[in-house]
Amino acid sequence: MISFENLILITLLSPLLVCLLTPLLSSKPILRDILGPLGGIISSWGAIQLMASILNGEQPRLELLQIAEGISISFEVTPLGAIFGLVASVLWIFAAIYSVGYMRGNKEKNQTRFYIFYAMAVHAALCIAYAGDLLTLFIFYEVLTFSTYPLVTHKQNEMAQKAGRLYMSILVGTSVILLLPAIIWVWVVTGSLEMSQNGVLDGKMNPDYAPYLLAMFVFGIGKAALMPIHKWLPAAMVAPTPVSALLHAVAVVKAGVFTMLLILTNVFGIDFLSKTGASNWLVWLASFTLLTTSIIAIYKDDIKARLAYSTISQLSYITLGGALASSMATQGATLHIITHAAGKITLFFVAGAIYVGAKMSKISELNGHGKSMPLIFLAFFVGSLSIIGVPPMGGSWSKFFLMLGAAESGYITVIAVFCISTILNAYYLMEIPARAFFFKKEREVKIKIPILITIPTLITCFLTILLFFFIEPFENLTSIMVSKL
Amino acid sequence: MTDILIKNLPILVVLCPLMMSLIVVLIPNIFLSWLLTFASTFVAFIFSILLYQEVQIHSTISYALGNWAPPLGIEYVIDKVSIFPIIIITLIGFLTTIFSSKMMPDEINETSISKVYSLWLLAIAGLIGLVTTGDAFNLFVFLEISSLASVALVAMGAQKDKQALVAAYNYLIIGAVGATLYVIGVGLLYGITGTLNMADLSERVVDLKNNKALIAGFGFMIVGIMVKAAVFPMHIWLPRAYAYAPSAVSVLLAATATKASLYILARILFSVFDIADNLIINTLSYIILPLSIIAMFAGTIMAVYEKDIKRLLAHSSVAQIGYITLAFAIGTKASVAAGFIHMFNHALIKGALFMAITSISFYIQKRVTLSNLSGLGRAMPITFFCFVICSLSLAGLPLTAGFISKLYLIKASISADGLWIAILILFSSALSVIYLWKMIEALWLQQPRKEIIIKENPTIYISLLIITFLNIYFGLDASFVVDSSTEAAEKLVGVSK
Repeated sequence: MISFENLILITLLSPLLVCLLTPLLSSKPILRDILGPLGGIISSWGAIQLMASILNGEQPRLELLQIAEGISISFEVTPLGAIFGLVASVLWIFAAIYSVGYMRGNKEKNQTRFYIFYAMAVHAALCIAYAGDLLTLFIFYEVLTFSTYPLVTHKQNEMAQKAGRLYMSILVGTSVILLLPAIIWVWVVTGSLEMSQNGVLDGKMNPDYAPYLLAMFVFGIGKAALMPIHKWLPAAMVAPTPVSALLHAVAVVKAGVFTMLLILTNVFGIDFLSKTGASNWLVWLASFTLLTTSIIAIYKDDIKARLAYSTISQLSYITLGGALASSMATQGATLHIITHAAGKITLFFVAGAIYVGAKMSKISELNGHGKSMPLIFLAFFVGSLSIIGVPPMGGSWSKFFLMLGAAESGYITVIAVFCISTILNAYYLMEIPARAFFFKKEREVKIKIPILITIPTLITCFLTILLFFFIEPFENLTSIMVSKL
Repeated sequence: MTDILIKNLPILVVLCPLMMSLIVVLIPNIFLSWLLTFASTFVAFIFSILLYQEVQIHSTISYALGNWAPPLGIEYVIDKVSIFPIIIITLIGFLTTIFSSKMMPDEINETSISKVYSLWLLAIAGLIGLVTTGDAFNLFVFLEISSLASVALVAMGAQKDKQALVAAYNYLIIGAVGATLYVIGVGLLYGITGTLNMADLSERVVDLKNNKALIAGFGFMIVGIMVKAAVFPMHIWLPRAYAYAPSAVSVLLAATATKASLYILARILFSVFDIADNLIINTLSYIILPLSIIAMFAGTIMAVYEKDIKRLLAHSSVAQIGYITLAFAIGTKASVAAGFIHMFNHALIKGALFMAITSISFYIQKRVTLSNLSGLGRAMPITFFCFVICSLSLAGLPLTAGFISKLYLIKASISADGLWIAILILFSSALSVIYLWKMIEALWLQQPRKEIIIKENPTIYISLLIITFLNIYFGLDASFVVDSSTEAAEKLVGVSK
């Protein structure tokens, strides 16, 4: 039996090890490319063990190092963190395989550098998932931003430079100007950087200031892409598709909403929020973002841009779930992290597959190509259904819980928001398979999709269906998360 | 033997570079003069480590120069406050001396090198003396020794770029004005208290509340020191001096010169005078606080629009000095500690950045501007790597020393009910990311105009690597810096505050 400390270390260090070993193997591309999936498997194994230990009622914790008195880098696996850690590490396996197919199929330059920072970003995301205190959370939040910069600007051309600037200025700017002082504010008020399952602010913070502190957190966590700080996400789409898939649909943005949920539940605490009403304004902001970006998505012709806006909208579901400050909604929001990740990564994989295989990136070009790439478009169809929330796909569970939560906390309008957005989702996502399968083909294109791209796409697509039937362990985790100590 | 050594450490740490500077000037051989300089800075560094250990045991070491007991004789005081800048100065002095071995012959005539090293040691000795002395007038003497030596060093840059002469002239005149103001202040205080010993002064000023001469004297002293410390708007000598000095001199000055003056500022504000005094409270909150905030933004904005990299870094120093004086201005124990933490970390950061930029200019044999940085990142990976790490440290990103400074600074200002100050600090540091990012982008993303092949030189990058390593080390294990700064602040401000 491996101790919990070692389990945490194994899970966290395997991507770091991949990142360090990759440059040494740059002359042996085959070995180098095996490293990623291998690291993913080890990491996921650790993440599964950690999740099992949480279900058994344990609390794995690791003190890594003390920087100075009162500040240290420490890790603790919370139910929420266990879920995010599992999502990031399991999907990394498939994304790593996919990126090999993509980078080779697309003949991209500087592949070694790409894999180094790819693994680095996963490492940072896992460290965020298991962060034991606010400072560790902040540190790896920044590491994640910086390690993804070389990936966003991978093409090293002018467009990449511009996108990189926007990316960095929003993410670094918001986190440094707002998130950091918010964290230190909590530190000053409570006297420590620790978090606890039911929040730490109750009784220590003047409730009048709570909405302001919350606002600093909400706008400080740029990765959650709430309006008006969502612009970086569409800009980041200039990155190669594996980056958009794993990072900008899963690791980075999920790190954002994960942080948001963690702050709402483990710093403020659901009870404190519902008692003081500090998050009422956030419900409306998230609803607004949710609907507006869904509408914007309809008008985007670029596949990745449409998916990007769809992602922003889906992230707002999660923030909204946390802001509703009811246990049902929080559970729904947490489940949405998993189900949306599986669905959205499939959609991005498809977008990349179409780009590599047929050199198409516009939705209007897709007419009639469904028959030449049936599996790929089928995967897109299934993934879309999950995002829309149709059974038997995983996405239906999280939407169900979110709606229950809205009812529980008495926001009837929010239920309407969910319904309208579902219709919008269906509208902008279904257009793609519809065009592919039912429209007439305008021109012939030679299609060649590498097998390393097709397989991961089908697997993640299958995962979305699997999640519908095997949601129970995750649901148990979320109920541990909202239970009182 | 060791007893005598330990007993005389406070003077030895000053004398070692001071005496060596007189010897070095006589040695015509380049390598030998470098070696002697290196040896004496290294020994001074060892001495300062020994002193640090002594201070841990005895807390305050008082040394009567020539056995004339204070307050009549000149007293050297090493306590938990002054040991901190001594370590900074000797450490940086030692590292930059290694760094200078290749840079000096590149920029200075063979015949003047030994003279430059002599001035170099004199400047270091002056700075150490400035910090160790407990006598207000002796402080003036060291202030002048270090300033004049620095002025001459800056002027040596004229062998490469004639602008250095203008820079040195500016530095000389403004510096002299500052020193004169300071000495007038000392004169006034001496007139009403009859003592020059700082510890003695602090006891006597207590009875002289609201004495006009005291207030005037205090004002002169503070303004004089603020000129030397380049506190906005008395910083105008600084950008040029740093930009046109010879490479190694820029590194030395940027990392140490203003730090010693900032230390003196803290000493006068908190140790000679009392923080509870209305005079100090008003000075802090109506003069130093607003000036610091303006400095933070003015320095950063100037840096954003600057194209010449050495000047850019110099403007950024003005902003960073603003953080330190801001920390003093908040005036709580935690904030003064934060000021000291940043003093240490900023010496490491700016030293490293100047090293990186001057080594780039050595490799390409041109002044470094934003446009000729294009694509150099790939040609010099080690230098580029160090530059990126230290830029991140300057911006205050986690796992670097700069983050620790920022963390404590923000915490201190929020604890003192200054959330708005915290936001301003962070806002200006976010602005600083703009100019840092411009440089990184140029190095990393832009295509070089023509293929450049550069072989990085180990004697140059070794000290850069060491100082970059320190930037990361003190970001991961900050207990030394944090603990000694907190002790220093406790001694200055008092435990209760």
